[in-house]
Amino acid sequence: MFNALSDRLEAVLGGLKSRGKLTEEQVDATLREIRLALLEADVNFKVVKTFVARVRERAVGTEVSGALNPGQQVTKIVHEELVRILGEQSAPLDLGSASPAVIMLAGLQGSGKTTAAGKLAAQLKKKGRTPLLAACDLQRPAAVDQLKVLGERAGVAVHAPEAGGDPSADPVAVARSSIDEARRLGAGVVIVDTAGRTNVDDAMMQQASDIREAVEPAETLFVIDAMIGQEAVTVAKAFQEAVDFTGVILSKLDGDARGGAALSVAEVTGRPIKFASVGEKLEEFEAFHPDRMAGRILGMGDVMTLIEKA
Amino acid sequence: GRARSSLGNTVASIFSRGITDEAWDELEEALIAADVGVEATTELVEGLRERARAEGIRTGDEALGLLKEVLRLELGVADRTLSRREDGPSVWLVTGVNGTGKTTSIGKLAARHVREDEQVVLAAADTFRAAAADQLERWGEAVGARVVRAAEGADPASVAFDGHASARAAGADLLLVDTAGRLQNKKELMAELGKVKRVLDREAGQCDEVLLVLDATVGQNGLQQARAFMAAVEVSGVVLTKLDGTARGGIVIAIQRELGLPVKLVGLGEGVDDLAPFDPDAFVEALFAEVAQDVTLGEDEA
Ligand SMILES: Nc1nc2c(ncn2[C@@H]2O[C@H](COP(=O)(O)OP(=O)(O)OP(=O)(O)O)[C@@H](O)[C@H]2O)c(=O)[nH]1
Ligand SMILES: Nc1nc2c(ncn2[C@@H]2O[C@H](COP(=O)(O)OP(=O)(O)OP(=O)(O)O)[C@@H](O)[C@H]2O)c(=O)[nH]1
Ligand SMILES: [Mg+2]
Ligand SMILES: [Mg+2]
Repeated sequence: MFNALSDRLEAVLGGLKSRGKLTEEQVDATLREIRLALLEADVNFKVVKTFVARVRERAVGTEVSGALNPGQQVTKIVHEELVRILGEQSAPLDLGSASPAVIMLAGLQGSGKTTAAGKLAAQLKKKGRTPLLAACDLQRPAAVDQLKVLGERAGVAVHAPEAGGDPSADPVAVARSSIDEARRLGAGVVIVDTAGRTNVDDAMMQQASDIREAVEPAETLFVIDAMIGQEAVTVAKAFQEAVDFTGVILSKLDGDARGGAALSVAEVTGRPIKFASVGEKLEEFEAFHPDRMAGRILGMGDVMTLIEKA
Repeated sequence: GRARSSLGNTVASIFSRGITDEAWDELEEALIAADVGVEATTELVEGLRERARAEGIRTGDEALGLLKEVLRLELGVADRTLSRREDGPSVWLVTGVNGTGKTTSIGKLAARHVREDEQVVLAAADTFRAAAADQLERWGEAVGARVVRAAEGADPASVAFDGHASARAAGADLLLVDTAGRLQNKKELMAELGKVKRVLDREAGQCDEVLLVLDATVGQNGLQQARAFMAAVEVSGVVLTKLDGTARGGIVIAIQRELGLPVKLVGLGEGVDDLAPFDPDAFVEALFAEVAQDVTLGEDEA
């Protein structure tokens, strides 16, 4: 089944097979369409620029394989390059050997941190670990209650300050005391939920950095909404600077956004995307698959499988 | 922490070396970087180029004037007031995808109208998300608005019904209905929202406002959201939240172009006062001020 990008490529290049090496004209004609597809998928325009230049360099002069036409050949290279940036294989959690092992979540407001905390807790519990959820968002109304409900659903204990949501309580202190609490309970993993923050709120970014320093996480995961646009780059860089995250959770992938942010973030931070959040329920959480994501960003998932086999 | 330069300076800087092809490309890039989208950007810039040619525009200043005029025209026309009624409580239904700022915006709106000595009732028709009603209740307590809620998992349409009945019985001035976030590609959830609106329409005659809350960081999916929510519940206006971050929310240009759907309010923070009427001039200015910075950044890095 062909879709928009394939149709457009067909239109500019024709379906004709041709032998020999890819010419500059063929490569450029294809890359013009690829560039558009990437921009429409919300890949950051600067990332698109470097990406297209890199692919061009690689593609010109490449031998066209017998089963493909030139457009498909370029697309195949594009896809390979996308998968390479997105991380080849899904990267698992690396919790190290410290006990308790700490996972910290950080990101913009509403990106899906608290939900992801609940999902990670449920998943780790299923694997036989004993997680503890630490409620370090003392800012947003009822954020602690939200985490408590999720903890209850997952059957996981929640560490929160006495009053529940006392805004004068210090999230850094709560994060620190969650480690003691984990030791007391014999919990091997602490999952630290933090308040949403914008990348230009210096005080809040500093707080995230302080929390990280207080709990020395084995994994610091940056949670980003798959629907985000061009700002993904600026936001990801700012969070990398503040908390030096070790991996990314891409949320709300059950929507119909193409999710170009995945490419933007992977390209500018070099950090692996570890999980895809695909729903509101606790079990709707999966390992991230770079190859599926590459097809989704290009808007041609089905076609890619055909091309890859060729 | 960011330096904001004015629209004049930055767009003029794009056109500082004259009205060249390069300058048009830069402008295009600036609009795309603001999430305006490829299609809307291409159309806008093509239209501008044509007019610049036809009107014999030669200087950067003139180009700037034209650009301002065109963008203001794109965003200009709409009526941005929020509709009210005299017979019974005005009903504003608040919708959108997950995590955009619906509940927070309701809290801010409630605060504003309570301050004007109105009696405001909040209906917690998000019966799905963990502690959603608690969150609304905290807002209600903070701003002095009564909250009507039901058990988790209750039918949202019946909570909306109860909310309206309760607001009417109390002689309240305004009913704000919070709904669960839902992604627009989920047919059942969109149908559920349709039912909430139908119930309110039936009880109130018609919802006075159906607001779509959009996150300013959203990319091209924002247009899809607007299309789907328009189709499901006849949205009357957009609330563009999180404009206090670095995102510019350029997709609302595409949304107003295609759907004629105006932005009515903007969210500028998490606090109770961080809600303001949409100001097209300020919006256009911010659209470019920071974009132009981005563009320069890109050149520096390259
Ligand atoms: N459809 C869908 N909804 C999601 C997903 N992840 C989170 N959500 C929803 O997105 C909204 C925000 O999620 P939260 O987990 O509260 O986000 P957060 O980052 O903790 O938000 P703040 O703490 O306010 O910054 C909620 O309605 C969640 O149910 C997902 O993968 N898919
Ligand atoms: N910086 C900033 N944050 C905002 C703004 N509006 C809302 N938020 C934050 O965004 C997050 C999500 O806001 P909510 O009001 O819970 O969003 P919602 O649309 O009700 O979310 P769901 O009900 O889960 O779909 C919270 O952390 C809010 O504090 C805004 O204008 N600026
Ligand atoms: Mg949260
Ligand atoms: Mg809500």
